[in-house]
Amino acid sequence: MDLTGGPRGRTVLDPTDERAAAHRVPRPRPVSLDGLRVGLLDISKPRGDVFLDRLAELLAERGVRVRRYAKPTFTKPAPVDLRREIVAECDVVIEALAD
Amino acid sequence: MPRDGLVAVVKRDCPTCRLVEPVLRQLPGLVVYSQDDPAFPADVADVRDDTGLEVSLALDIQTVPTLLRFTGGEVAERTEGWLRPAWEELAGVAVLGPELPEHRPGCGSRTGDPEFADELLVRTQGDRLGSRRIEISALEDELEALFDRGWSDGLPVVPPTPARVLRMLAGTSRAAHEVVGVVPPNLVEVTVEKVAVNAVLAGCRPEYLPVVLAAVQAACTEEFNAHGLLATTWSAGPAIVVNGPVVRAIGMNSGGNALGQGNRANLTIGRALQLVIRNVGGGRPGEVDRAALGNPGKLGFCFAEDEQGSPWEPLSVSRGIEPGASAVTVFAAEGPRGLADQISRTPESLARSLAAGLRGVAHPKLPMAFDATLVVSPEHARVFAAAGWSRSRLERALGEALLLDAAELERGAGGIEEGIRARAAGGPVPKFRPGGLLIVHAGGGAGMFSAVIGGWVGGPGGSQPVTREVAPWT
Repeated sequence: MDLTGGPRGRTVLDPTDERAAAHRVPRPRPVSLDGLRVGLLDISKPRGDVFLDRLAELLAERGVRVRRYAKPTFTKPAPVDLRREIVAECDVVIEALAD
Repeated sequence: MPRDGLVAVVKRDCPTCRLVEPVLRQLPGLVVYSQDDPAFPADVADVRDDTGLEVSLALDIQTVPTLLRFTGGEVAERTEGWLRPAWEELAGVAVLGPELPEHRPGCGSRTGDPEFADELLVRTQGDRLGSRRIEISALEDELEALFDRGWSDGLPVVPPTPARVLRMLAGTSRAAHEVVGVVPPNLVEVTVEKVAVNAVLAGCRPEYLPVVLAAVQAACTEEFNAHGLLATTWSAGPAIVVNGPVVRAIGMNSGGNALGQGNRANLTIGRALQLVIRNVGGGRPGEVDRAALGNPGKLGFCFAEDEQGSPWEPLSVSRGIEPGASAVTVFAAEGPRGLADQISRTPESLARSLAAGLRGVAHPKLPMAFDATLVVSPEHARVFAAAGWSRSRLERALGEALLLDAAELERGAGGIEEGIRARAAGGPVPKFRPGGLLIVHAGGGAGMFSAVIGGWVGGPGGSQPVTREVAPWT
């Protein structure tokens, strides 16, 4: 209990029959990329393309073909259409997150 | 806590507590619990931090300062505020604080501080709650998070925090874990608490909860068949009409715009029932809800009957509930459609007018198909009242006017392919099954307009209206 002004009202009670999981968990990492459709997402941070170009080369050596995507700007979440495109076309996506 | 000896509960913020600071120093072996500042009072050997208010709650402190004497681990005596003789007697000290005034009232304990009300409510009663607790992360917008989890009907919902749910549960004397019904389509047992969680989502006040509980109970019956009503491709959903003293007690609208927006009880009670079906029963549009079109009332459709101005006994009484008791009647409902008749001044003419409006339910050429509800407005009802027509007299007249000529109903008749099979009927056919038409009195004082609310398939193969008493909301 926090009586000293901490965040309030952040716990809610589940209104459902509680059959669905309370929290979504990330999918397990694939053991191998064999046969998977791999996407490379450039979030438009400087030199993200350098990193992803090199990854594409390394993956090509292993026989993995990639699709390339780019966010218009790193300052905003990816547009809904781009997210849908990636979901439809990829099993795995690698994102170049930082500078 | 000492087994034997003196205990004082204080806070620095209280002028009386500061006044008695020298007295506290004078009392031998005193243990002080400080509600707001462990450094207060100064120069007392044993001051303990009770800023978390655990001890204050355990001792049920209402006022500070409170002086208590423990004997054998139990509270033997207590006194509140400052009253010299009471303190001297309780402490067994001859003269206390001679320089102080004889008497000063205390201040409210911090346990009563509205700022902490929610936290203390959850702390003291939170173990009554059995629902899964879900944390909303600091980066999530609270309202967006509830949309994201699929708990909303499309409009914002009120976050069902433990404190809000506990306050909601105060609206009923029924136990939180009591089962109210089995909610379709997933046939899930719903407890009073789960109904309360959804009533919070819907925006209900605690005093509406008994009505919501009765509506859930009525909707979760074999006769009402909420599963079929949900799953049908027809547009109807559950609607609620409320009777009895609870209507005024919670401020429901049975007058102008009774079927419309603007009254919190009307809107949120109907919505709470639909959210229970959505969230507990799992009945969602596009899933088990297969309505081709739906209607706006599926967000929630609830209103009260105007009993004061009605020429008839309350609907609930005509359906077997004791006069003076509160009740809900749930029925299948599409959106309401107005019926204007500003000329009829005789009950016979007006009944025929209303019958003409009712004929279109489902399809003008389909008899014995769907049930309906007729909401008679005050300016129409007064025509029946002046002629001394009872509700059953009006029902009879409507039934007579709605005996349809089979030849007009047959497929192809009137150039319309829809209709009954040729020669399927031997004579005139009633539009509605017996008991398939509800008559309710509601609406504003001006406007010779009643409303027809189409239903859905009636009888045992469809949905029948169900009336349930509202449990006393003491």
